[in-house]
Amino acid sequence: MKQRGRALNSHLRNSFWYGGKSMRSHFWNRSAALLAVVAMAACGGGGGSSEGAADDAGEAAPAAAAVDPSTVGTISGMANFGGMVPTMEAIDMSAEADCAAGYGADGPMAQNVLVSNGGLANVFVYLSEGVSGAPAASGAAELDQVNCRYTPHVLGVQSGQDIEISNSDNLLHNINATPTENRGFNISQPRAGITSTQRFQVAEVMVPVRCDVHGWMQAYIGVVDHPYFAVTGADGSYSIANVPAGDYTMTAWHEEFGTMTASVTVTAGGTAMASFDYSGEMMGADVPMGDALVLEHGTNRIRVERTQ
Amino acid sequence: MRAPRGTGIVLLVLFAGTPSALAGQEDAAAAGKVVYDRWCAECHGETGQGDGSAAASMLPRPRDFTQALYQIRTTGSGQLPTDADIRFAIENGLPGTTMPGWPNLTDGEIDDLIVYLKSFSRFFGQGPAPEPLDFGSDPGGGPAAVEAGAAAYLTMLCEECHGLSGRGDGTSAPTLEDWRGLPIRAADLTEAWVLNGGSSVEDMHTRMLTGLDGTPMPSAIDAMNSGVVSPDEVWQLAHYLASLGPREMPPLRDVIRVGRAEGGLPADGGEEAWAGVEAFYFPLSGQVVQLPRNFAPAVDGLWVQGLHDGNDIALRVQWNDPSNSPDPNWDEWQNKITTALDLDGAEPIALDSVGAPTSRPPDAVLLQFPFEPPEGTDRPYFLMGDAREPVYLWTWDSETGVGAGRGRGLDSVEPLAEDPVAGEATWEEGRWTLYLRRSIEIESDGLDFAEGTPTPIAFQAWDGSSAEVGKRSSVSTWYYILLEPPASSTVVVTPLLAMLLTGAFGLVLVRRAQDRRRDG
Ligand SMILES: [Cu+2]
Repeated sequence: MKQRGRALNSHLRNSFWYGGKSMRSHFWNRSAALLAVVAMAACGGGGGSSEGAADDAGEAAPAAAAVDPSTVGTISGMANFGGMVPTMEAIDMSAEADCAAGYGADGPMAQNVLVSNGGLANVFVYLSEGVSGAPAASGAAELDQVNCRYTPHVLGVQSGQDIEISNSDNLLHNINATPTENRGFNISQPRAGITSTQRFQVAEVMVPVRCDVHGWMQAYIGVVDHPYFAVTGADGSYSIANVPAGDYTMTAWHEEFGTMTASVTVTAGGTAMASFDYSGEMMGADVPMGDALVLEHGTNRIRVERTQ
Repeated sequence: MRAPRGTGIVLLVLFAGTPSALAGQEDAAAAGKVVYDRWCAECHGETGQGDGSAAASMLPRPRDFTQALYQIRTTGSGQLPTDADIRFAIENGLPGTTMPGWPNLTDGEIDDLIVYLKSFSRFFGQGPAPEPLDFGSDPGGGPAAVEAGAAAYLTMLCEECHGLSGRGDGTSAPTLEDWRGLPIRAADLTEAWVLNGGSSVEDMHTRMLTGLDGTPMPSAIDAMNSGVVSPDEVWQLAHYLASLGPREMPPLRDVIRVGRAEGGLPADGGEEAWAGVEAFYFPLSGQVVQLPRNFAPAVDGLWVQGLHDGNDIALRVQWNDPSNSPDPNWDEWQNKITTALDLDGAEPIALDSVGAPTSRPPDAVLLQFPFEPPEGTDRPYFLMGDAREPVYLWTWDSETGVGAGRGRGLDSVEPLAEDPVAGEATWEEGRWTLYLRRSIEIESDGLDFAEGTPTPIAFQAWDGSSAEVGKRSSVSTWYYILLEPPASSTVVVTPLLAMLLTGAFGLVLVRRAQDRRRDG
């Protein structure tokens, strides 16, 4: 912005010092302020694009180590999106040219709502009631930082499971996880190739993760006590294998649309369907964060309970 | 000594679960509650959520004990603190914040208090007691270590937040938030005496490996374990940080001694000649006498140097401010300050339809002097004078530059027609350098720096990007400025006498400064 001249007497009116009582509300030139207002409106376009988004197919949870195939089935379904797709804001990555260069002509867009062919990506789906016991987590979940964004944007893990967090960008990110039911962490990764291994000990849906260097970087980690969860892929689909036969409640969480539930019955060898319908009107829903899932041993149920 | 008592607490924790140990814990917690309710609850709140009656006017906010997020620990990122960590914070306070140290509490009271503080959070008592990290040993300091540490500073990209000069002016500084979403400063590493975890090399090393939980400051431990920097380089980085400025607050001296410049006065604040001139540090504190008060001042002190040539006096004033206000990059910061902070009745700066502030205040500083030479210890009211006894103001703000005025109180200023003061300011890497110049003596006004007579001087400062305007400022008490006579004549008033003239408010500031200095 332009500074006004420094001539000694030019400031005698309307300056910091001589506003008297009105100083508090406006002692400097408002018109100058307005001139300097940076256009903050979002760029249009690009709605529904899914560049750099989640994997093509919903990633199944790590399979249980010892599963009797004659007692388990599969749950699969869709997160469907109807109506107008909300326009996502452009991300100003000009501060990190190396990251910005990784995007097409439209530049990087926010990932809050990614819709492709009527399918909504990045919905975390998990069995919230009906699970009785569960195999221990096997293998590590992975969270990467690529072109100043998290990949994936939404990650599901089992409590106690290793989360390997890596940096594919040759610049500084800090991974700042702020759970409420678990202990958090905040780790710096000042160049590519560093890996940090972290764990969350108790179930919590969801744990926000952010980078303080790049305010636009946001990820969510869903932590549940069992391996029966998935995140919908770019096409909105998901599939959860090796689920013991039984009746369950399934919950779907989305960062803009909140949660919804469905009942599902799994039969041995069968594939149960559970789908969730979303629309743009649901923007701004109450989005739960940090809810604990308390496993009630012996009662065959997982109860969703806010403990604080 | 505290050792026996501390051992007792360790045993209690080890045997937690047996009925007698539980009873002992309950007794300690009950005793701790008494201490807490008396000394801590006003800020930290009765239920430990950091929401006491005084909390809303503070940034950073008081700790929320229910989350058990402790910045100052010896344990890994996200881990609970040890009892010794909690004790360290209680005994030393957190410099740079409103948390003072508590020398009035006995070791036993602190033991009880720790038990009570931990009882606010469900996280304590789950799993094994937290263990300090292995910090290794310091390979030693010295110029080579400092140089290697400077390289490590860049390797670790510390400047993203802390800035190249370490003044907390990095690119990411304006957007930083704590775990509550409240704005938080990147630490000014050149003012180690206000680092909340202490200013020693060991303190800095510890903070880098543990991170400061609940803040954007991450742990460097995985970067070290991945070989980005070696364990020795982290120590060298700590030595570098400790070299960036004095570790303790500079000693407070009441008299700015203005020497005679042999080769003529510097023409601006950037001239090399200033490097050889003694600098005097003056701490500032929030203006909390008149409404609206400022309990979270942005500018915490300034450095003053002076030279004269027999005709003119030139002053160089320097202070750290990460924002060159007005700067739209700090809009978000300014907006957060105005919503997060209880402005004590001040009108918040309104936002326009796209969320930008309708006003971006400038940075500003003023120097004040009595209009007439004081008689004895009598001086005008230190907050810009009053109707009876006005003050002579040398004003500067980042929009309109240098001026002069007559102050009759905090919101009553009128310009002087003569414009007797000239000068300019430059901002570089988180620091303002302000150059001011005036005739030693002007016929038409009463401010006369005649050689050998100490003149009272006081300061105020504003950070525009922190929405500091009007009475929401940082202030000092009265000090003195004294032109040194030519070598042949004698000093009329000794600095000691001038120090005796300093008022009670000065002593308060000194005590406060001492409080803040007790760390590490
Ligand atoms: Cu980042």
